[in-house]
Amino acid sequence: MMPDMEFKVSPSPHLWGGRSISKIMYLTLLALLLPTAAGIYFFGYRALLVILVSVSFAVATEVLVKKLRGRPFIMDGSAVITGLLLALVLPPTIPLWMVAIGSIFSIAIVKEAFGGLGHNIFNPVLGGRAFLTACFSVEMTTWIKPMGFATEAIVATTPLDEGFVWSWRLAARLALYKDMFLGNTAGTIGTTLALLILIAGVILLAFKIIDWRVPLAYVGTVGVLSLVMGADPILQMLAGGLMLGAFFMATDPVTTPITHRGRIIFAIGCGVVTIIIRRFGGMPEGVYYAILFMNAITPLIDRYVKVRPFGFQKVVKSAT
Amino acid sequence: MSIRLEKRSLRYGVELPQNKLVAQSPIELAPLPEVVTIPLEENIGAASEILVNKGDKVLTGQKVTDSDNFDSVPIHATVSGEVTGITTAINPSTGQAMKVITITSDGEDKGGELKPCPKLEATSSEEILKAVREAGVVDADGTTSPAHVKLSPPQDKKIDTIILNGYEWEPYVTSDHRVMLEYGEKVLSGLNIMKKVLSPDNVYIAIGDDKKDAMDSLEELIVKAGYDFKITPIKAGYPLADEKTLIKTVVDRKVLIGGSAADVGVVVHNVSTANAIHEAIYEGKPFIERVVTVTGVVRNPKNLLVRFGTPVKNLIEYCGGITEEGSEVIIGGPMTGISQFDPDSPIFSDTNCVLVKVSQPIMDMDCISCGRCIEVCPMNLMPALYPKYVKFGRYEECATAYVDICTECGVCAYVCPANIPIVQYVRIAKRELSKRMGME
Repeated sequence: MMPDMEFKVSPSPHLWGGRSISKIMYLTLLALLLPTAAGIYFFGYRALLVILVSVSFAVATEVLVKKLRGRPFIMDGSAVITGLLLALVLPPTIPLWMVAIGSIFSIAIVKEAFGGLGHNIFNPVLGGRAFLTACFSVEMTTWIKPMGFATEAIVATTPLDEGFVWSWRLAARLALYKDMFLGNTAGTIGTTLALLILIAGVILLAFKIIDWRVPLAYVGTVGVLSLVMGADPILQMLAGGLMLGAFFMATDPVTTPITHRGRIIFAIGCGVVTIIIRRFGGMPEGVYYAILFMNAITPLIDRYVKVRPFGFQKVVKSAT
Repeated sequence: MSIRLEKRSLRYGVELPQNKLVAQSPIELAPLPEVVTIPLEENIGAASEILVNKGDKVLTGQKVTDSDNFDSVPIHATVSGEVTGITTAINPSTGQAMKVITITSDGEDKGGELKPCPKLEATSSEEILKAVREAGVVDADGTTSPAHVKLSPPQDKKIDTIILNGYEWEPYVTSDHRVMLEYGEKVLSGLNIMKKVLSPDNVYIAIGDDKKDAMDSLEELIVKAGYDFKITPIKAGYPLADEKTLIKTVVDRKVLIGGSAADVGVVVHNVSTANAIHEAIYEGKPFIERVVTVTGVVRNPKNLLVRFGTPVKNLIEYCGGITEEGSEVIIGGPMTGISQFDPDSPIFSDTNCVLVKVSQPIMDMDCISCGRCIEVCPMNLMPALYPKYVKFGRYEECATAYVDICTECGVCAYVCPANIPIVQYVRIAKRELSKRMGME
């Protein structure tokens, strides 16, 4: 009949949505281009150099480590994102060799040493940043005014340096909010322009790449707590790495809980720790350590926060 | 009061590309096969006694097995000819060995005398159930449980609702759609028989809202015949995998884990089953054929009326053959169907579709814990856990994570960015767990 009939076989389902990891990564990358462009606009060639060094070392490290581990390297864009995000949370004046070290540490130690994408406990970007802060605390906390492509750098303080206070001088406040929202304050490369980060976040939400609960719960917690504790909530919400952290780091699927409820707990925890560090800690910014801390708690959250199956009843448990 | 009720939608799941290529092609009669392979343990229930021997001549519709047990159904020869073997073969949906009977057709399709029931009004429920059992009607939607067993619920459970499932949730598949359009009167009459047996308060026909024409024609027929049925349109989406989710969607009742539809007073039947029940009662015809959609990359996709036991290659040949290299032949729809390695795999009573599809490689990367599978799961499970547990042999933890209530609808694997074949891991876990249960 049909002697040459040879069929392929595969397990069901035989359809796949095609929203692959690399597609998600590249869409995230696309959204990240907005704060990246803003960073280059405000901090000039220097920022561009930091970004280039960070990204290229991240990708090169990934290729090398995969080779050492005997695993195939897949260009899924995750290393590019790690490198880019790391550059965005560094000060523009940081020496380039430090950037390279941070980038290598992020990929080789924080990500690949744990087993690569999907197995890392900590967000590689934040791990790398924490490492750099521990090693080079002066360079990591030296800020300059946004000067565009001018060569002259003026040392400045970030809005968070004013401390955890509330000021009643409304006109000055409004000018500060405007600066923070539209990007005219000292800070890391990618975080000076809150508006663009917000737009990038909305893009991610529109493509359903991130869970809206996380940024909402995180930023909301920070706002409410600062209000309760007598600080300026709008400044606290716009300043530092909060926007970038809430949209791009606290939403990293790998290092955050898997359930909706778990993610809300995670995000609220991030908000609480952020405020504690900002109010009582030794440094002005708490977002990055807060997320790292909650990363460590994620397995615990996932262990206890589960979804209930359809038709769940308590009786089933006692019967077994 | 209008027959058509408010539209309902799923509270989970995804929208799939429909690809219903042959939704508008009328049902055609498939040519009689030269050889049929009929499984002897098709339905769940007690083992039956084989009534024929190798070399016997059988007529179309003649019983080849039967038993005294009321919970199992007899199996009928689907063509007339000679019994050429009682052997074992591979079950196309489980891959396990099963007992089969092969019959070589004499090409004449001679049938015995059909014994239709007298008028419905004069027939008692017991007689109806007996006739349905005698005709070997089993659920046509994948469970293959005997239809008459579903229609005779335990004494202590009052059935107040019948749901006829015409939702047809998988892409490509159009067999139920065509049955509703072309055999509408028979489907409704079959439903009416069920209604007489169970005397429920409400009878709903659940239809996907992509099948407007079927809804319209059934509505017209209901009005004409004066039936007291309601049509519930359901927003097309995937999955509406099984009874429990259908009951939740249509009447908003929750079947508890370990419970059955009868616990909440509902009986769910498929439109093709209703059609078969009508034929069993009014025509005395045994359940030996059904409508199968043959679609995908075949030259002429069709909806065919196929005798059970027909080899799948016959249908593909009749539809002009496979047009693409490297294709899979899937018995069932694209989401839950099983790839076949054997061109002789037979069509069964639960086969609604034969899909030929270009094979796609599966990447099976590492889980990134994105949680998309959890968001879409109709049973509210955490599918992401199963591959992780299975890879390390932690099957007990799969059991604690309720792997047994998974319906294997495949929507988790469909949305998985890492392209993990989650359903396959679920099957491994289920199989391993049942093996262990057997050992204890």
